[in-house]
Amino acid sequence: MKQFISFVKKEFYHVFRDSKTLLMLFGLPIVMITLFGFALTNEIKNSKIVVCDYAKDMASQRIINQLEASTNFEIEKALLSHHEIDAAFKSGKIKLAVVFPTNFNNDLMHLNKAQIQIIADASDPNTASTLSSYVTSIINNHQMELMQNNSVPYQIIPETRMLYNPELKGSTNFVPGVMALVLMLVCVLMTSVSIVREKEKGTMEILLVSPFNPFLVIIAKALPYFVLSLLNLTIILIMSVYALGMPFNGSVLLLFAESSLFIITALAVGLLISNSTDSQQSAMLLSLMGMLIPIMMFTGFLFPLENMPMPLQVIANIVPSKWFYIIVKSIMIKGLGFSAIWKETLILVGMTTFLLIMSFRKFKIRLA
Amino acid sequence: MIFATPIIQLLIMPLAADFEVKNINISIVDHDHSVYSQKMITKIISSGYFKLADYGTSFNSAFKQIENDKSDLVLEIPQNFEKNLVRESSEKLFIAVNAINGTKASLGGQYLSRIIADFNADVRSDWIAPQRNNTAPTLQVASSNWFNPFLNYPSFMIPGILVTLVTMVGAYMCALNIVKEKEVGTIEQINVTPIKKYHFILGKLIPFWIIGIFIFTVGLFLVARLVYGIVPLGSIPLLYAFLAIFLVSILGIGLLISTYSETQQQAMSLAFFCMMIFMLMSGLFTSVDSMPGWAQVIAKCNPVTYFIDVMRMVVLKGSGFKDIKTHFLIMTGFAVLFNGWAILNYKKTN
Repeated sequence: MKQFISFVKKEFYHVFRDSKTLLMLFGLPIVMITLFGFALTNEIKNSKIVVCDYAKDMASQRIINQLEASTNFEIEKALLSHHEIDAAFKSGKIKLAVVFPTNFNNDLMHLNKAQIQIIADASDPNTASTLSSYVTSIINNHQMELMQNNSVPYQIIPETRMLYNPELKGSTNFVPGVMALVLMLVCVLMTSVSIVREKEKGTMEILLVSPFNPFLVIIAKALPYFVLSLLNLTIILIMSVYALGMPFNGSVLLLFAESSLFIITALAVGLLISNSTDSQQSAMLLSLMGMLIPIMMFTGFLFPLENMPMPLQVIANIVPSKWFYIIVKSIMIKGLGFSAIWKETLILVGMTTFLLIMSFRKFKIRLA
Repeated sequence: MIFATPIIQLLIMPLAADFEVKNINISIVDHDHSVYSQKMITKIISSGYFKLADYGTSFNSAFKQIENDKSDLVLEIPQNFEKNLVRESSEKLFIAVNAINGTKASLGGQYLSRIIADFNADVRSDWIAPQRNNTAPTLQVASSNWFNPFLNYPSFMIPGILVTLVTMVGAYMCALNIVKEKEVGTIEQINVTPIKKYHFILGKLIPFWIIGIFIFTVGLFLVARLVYGIVPLGSIPLLYAFLAIFLVSILGIGLLISTYSETQQQAMSLAFFCMMIFMLMSGLFTSVDSMPGWAQVIAKCNPVTYFIDVMRMVVLKGSGFKDIKTHFLIMTGFAVLFNGWAILNYKKTN
């Protein structure tokens, strides 16, 4: 036991002496939370659109005023031909053009209907469809005002209530995902590299011939990262609740228990990788490049999983962070108890056991 | 592995990256069971946006489905819906939306409102004879989408993903390379040779530059063209010219990181830290315009932002050289800055 504790102390010293790695370990979650909470958003704001008003009459002016009053875009007024609009799209200056034809007011008054043309730069389909629908809804609202005099009978009035996130903040979706991403990546990366480094340097041989149980070596290596990850988790939680205003409706104890389980899962993946590679470079390649993008995609916080084709959804089930993301959302935002997440917990326990068994079997006690 | 990983990711990522909102699960609680409620429900389900997750009579069981993530919205139709609508000329419906994903919730709510408004118009025309002359003026909106009429999301994502992959490979490999020599000790031997600093660094840079161009070529011609059918609208030599300068900048960053690190683990940590920030702030997943002012400044200092912009403009819209003049200038500036800094920082003697 004393051997084990001195081993663990040595590993802690290793970690704390390396300031640049510590920067990444603690700096990365803080930076990611800041970015996801304040900078990154799925909404479309501050887009530049151009209004080509060929009519220059009262009716078009009223609508243009309403467009200008909206905070979603910045309006520029210019009379552009279709060719010039094309050139403006190509240079990236504007994203949308609204064209009012000549005789707009006349048509509206005498023919009782008039057309407005919206041309969108659809190279970015998300922005194009969102901006088009913003502009269309402003025009529709104006339409409602025009029809104010006729009262509308047989009105169905839907009352909508937004649950869990009434302000429709983007951070409620992102923060649990960032937690899953950071914990998983950091644990996998650090554990695998740490063990492989000993193999590469040759000091693993010395450990193996010592009377110290080799399995305890592995556990001692993983322990500092376990503790650091829990610390990281605490920092992320404090930041998201106090700086981002995220709700925390569930039990803190349950969240920490589930997170410990997830951290062990991630450490087990790291162990498996370390047993399969011989050089630090390939361990790093595998854990970082090989896992970063799959984890970002298949956890479900960046892109909704239901949108993916079926085979990808099946692959997503293998990624442990997907289940952890569901668990965190259920505990933090919905405030549910263990009864709601026992299935996901069981899956994580199963994955961990499988991974640990695989890595211990592959661990060579003898060289060659 | 250097080649396999990016290519596999390029194949899978665009399929997964889809911000469209579809397949929304809806649970309907119908207390009325009238003809109108049935018609409305049929209209909602046949719209294609929603999948019926449950059709029940209790709000609590429908709410439990939101808790279990089996459903995204609950629509509750009150008792006597049809009767009240006809008699009192107005009736309410209750919708509860799981708003954890704010965008999905607001779009889903909008779709549902539009379908209900459509149904409302149908009901109205049942009861009121349509008038020959419209007394209320109507505004018709004709919208057209240029460059991507089918609003194909993969076409938009692939240029960006290709850039990310080239960046990752370039920066990591280059950073790890010099540091490995430092760790193993062979750098001492190189330091005592008469080779000049910048010759040495150029020698390290050129193989990775070639690898970067190779990966880009495979990605653009094999994966993008064969698998997704994306053909660049603009000039391909222009793309390669920009790629060449971009690679020099990125490799410069890799070199810079390696001059500040003693071990491979440190280089990897620093590179990972920088890459995450670059990737997130480049406009790949979320647009740069939507960011607050201070974040846009960070995005403007990020070389990846410019390359993604150039890729999207040239491949999807066919922009020409004069459209990306400023991007070229800024990228050359970055290349000089990072490589110059790396060369200055690299000390032959300790």
